[in-house]
Amino acid sequence: MARVYTREPGDVVERGFLRLLGRDAAAEQDWKAYGTSVLVLSAVFSALLYALLRTQGHLFLNPDHLPDVPWQIALNTTASFVTNTNWQFYGGETTMSYLSQMAGLAVQNFVSAGVGMAVLAAVVRGIARRSSGGLGNFWRDLYRSIAYVLLPLSLVLAVILISQGVVQTFHGRATATTLEGAHQTIARGPVASQVAIRQLGTNGGGFYNANSAVPFENPTGLSNVFEMLALLLIPAAQVFMFGRMVAAPRHAWMVFAAMFAIFAIGVGVAYAAEQRGSQVLRASGVDIARSAGQSGGNMTDKEVRFGIANTALWATATTDASNGAVNGGLDAFTALGGAVPLVNMFLGEVEPGGAGSGLYGMFFVILIAVFVAGLMVGRTPEWLGKKVEAREMKLAALGALFVPMMALVTTAAAVVAPAGLASLANPGAHGFSEALYAYTSQSNNNGSAFAGYGATTFSTTLGTVALSFGRFVPLLSALAIGGSFAAKKTVPFSAGTFRTDGPTFAVLLLGVIALTAGLMILPALALGPIAEGLTR
Amino acid sequence: MRALAASAVAAVVFTVVLGFAYPALVTGFAQVAFPRQANGSLIVRDGTVVGSALAAQGFTSARSFHERPSATTPPYDAAGTTFSNLGPTSPALAELVARNVRAILTLERPYNPGLTIHDIPVDAVVPSGSGIDPEISPAYAQLQARRVAAVRHLPLATVRRLIARSTAGRSLGFFGEPGVNVLELNLALDEEQDG
Repeated sequence: MARVYTREPGDVVERGFLRLLGRDAAAEQDWKAYGTSVLVLSAVFSALLYALLRTQGHLFLNPDHLPDVPWQIALNTTASFVTNTNWQFYGGETTMSYLSQMAGLAVQNFVSAGVGMAVLAAVVRGIARRSSGGLGNFWRDLYRSIAYVLLPLSLVLAVILISQGVVQTFHGRATATTLEGAHQTIARGPVASQVAIRQLGTNGGGFYNANSAVPFENPTGLSNVFEMLALLLIPAAQVFMFGRMVAAPRHAWMVFAAMFAIFAIGVGVAYAAEQRGSQVLRASGVDIARSAGQSGGNMTDKEVRFGIANTALWATATTDASNGAVNGGLDAFTALGGAVPLVNMFLGEVEPGGAGSGLYGMFFVILIAVFVAGLMVGRTPEWLGKKVEAREMKLAALGALFVPMMALVTTAAAVVAPAGLASLANPGAHGFSEALYAYTSQSNNNGSAFAGYGATTFSTTLGTVALSFGRFVPLLSALAIGGSFAAKKTVPFSAGTFRTDGPTFAVLLLGVIALTAGLMILPALALGPIAEGLTR
Repeated sequence: MRALAASAVAAVVFTVVLGFAYPALVTGFAQVAFPRQANGSLIVRDGTVVGSALAAQGFTSARSFHERPSATTPPYDAAGTTFSNLGPTSPALAELVARNVRAILTLERPYNPGLTIHDIPVDAVVPSGSGIDPEISPAYAQLQARRVAAVRHLPLATVRRLIARSTAGRSLGFFGEPGVNVLELNLALDEEQDG
């Protein structure tokens, strides 16, 4: 992947694409010009997607005659898909026409992931360069992310998924006469092509309401594994791309080790909690023990073919990355099992996080870590041969703390305002968890949900705010950091330099993650999952 | 202004290539290489579509194996999938489980003397994720085997053989959990009796 972003010159199609975009489209950009291109493209796509959703009832490729999407849902969905989030306040098969799904939502799955990847490439380039003003060119980076990474991988994954039974057709719903003589309608559509990119691009938005729990989206244990690997593939690979581009492979390994540690802990906790079962099921007396004949445990809103292990693994993977897809209902998870994806998201989805956005989010944490280390040894902190100064630290703090704060503020608004309470599906502490999960997910651009949380004009509007700021504040902070690093000279490595390529650094990184976002969510956890877990 | 013009052109190019060409290409390939899977794994008997191997259809008669509970409205709606979203301490979930337990005990006890609540596997009484989970756990299939054998006047061994045939193991022996496909099993039972 490092080669994709560094090779010169670009291919023929790339040169044609850039010529098409206009004069100077291929020019070197500083961080402000780069950021402007990102914002303008996002705005144009938002307008386009909103218009499409509002008029789908009058357009083609709508075999099931679905009406226009109401404005509240269209607004939230637009913000959600343009920001690589895929939070869904709607049920796919009952709301979206085939045209909206493939030419609207799936295009955003590609482009929003491509934007994240491009921004990461630019920031890394900034870190690697010295005494330079430029970060590269957004249009080239975007083109290369899509043409060399996302599109080819999507084609391969789509074919694998179809072979397992994922639907891919332009025909409308199928009708069947069941063995007992009833009438059954089966929703279909161009599903596999969309599932492939929504997994690879860490988007997560389901074609069907129940997402990858639906057999037509995820029919077998094998399709499940491929969908899961796909969502981790790009963000994990980007860690090593970074290591290669800045010529610090050992540093990249340490970053990866810290990410993996959080992932492993999450899987273990979620699996144990779900296998133990919920309070209601333990009290009921039915058989919840794992045996040869069943996976047992908390099977509420889970599918037999995935059982406990593959559902817990999926929930952890999707929230460590920034993929909101689910293969079982998280709202029905146990208190502790549901706290794992919640905490994962709250920590900023940096383990490994979304396509691009995960690693540039991790850069904020790394900067704070080297700053803390610098304070401890009493030297100006350095990272990869560059001095870290006040400007970068301010930007890193903004990038690291803005999103968790956004999540807490919007959650507070949602549980204090009477209009917000209408969205809750469950009573008591679990209801609070639903709201906390909803705004944590949208602020962090994950998109996974305690799906009972309902759509109202209040909740969709508040969500739109969380989605937009949660995406673009960290994105611009990261670009600004890249810009200011690009302008710096390198300083020689000396005996006093804090080493960022050893296990000490990985541990420090974990400590910083726990101390920043981790401490911020603790009070909210006490009100939601912890209170619920202590209920008998 | 220049950024706006460039964005507009890019939006058109991406929509055409990624929004139309890509799904059309995948669909074309799928319809040629995997027509059955791509169209919903539909099962046809005597010229009529009787369902999909990937969707529960809500069996209720005593001669059939039953699926897991469904939270869709109406139940087993394959065009309106949904979770139940009932939390781990939800009183509504407790009520639902108790109701499902009573129904299963009433239905199965005449064929399984001494059956108690502790013998009922959990997947039989809680809603599935999609609402159309086509599978049940092997344990739940075994629980229903005596009833189906008795009502259909088939030897229990035959029913058990058909259960084994409709059981999908873990993919490649490792990924996922074993499950029994209910529609395929009920079809196999019908064929066994007709043949």
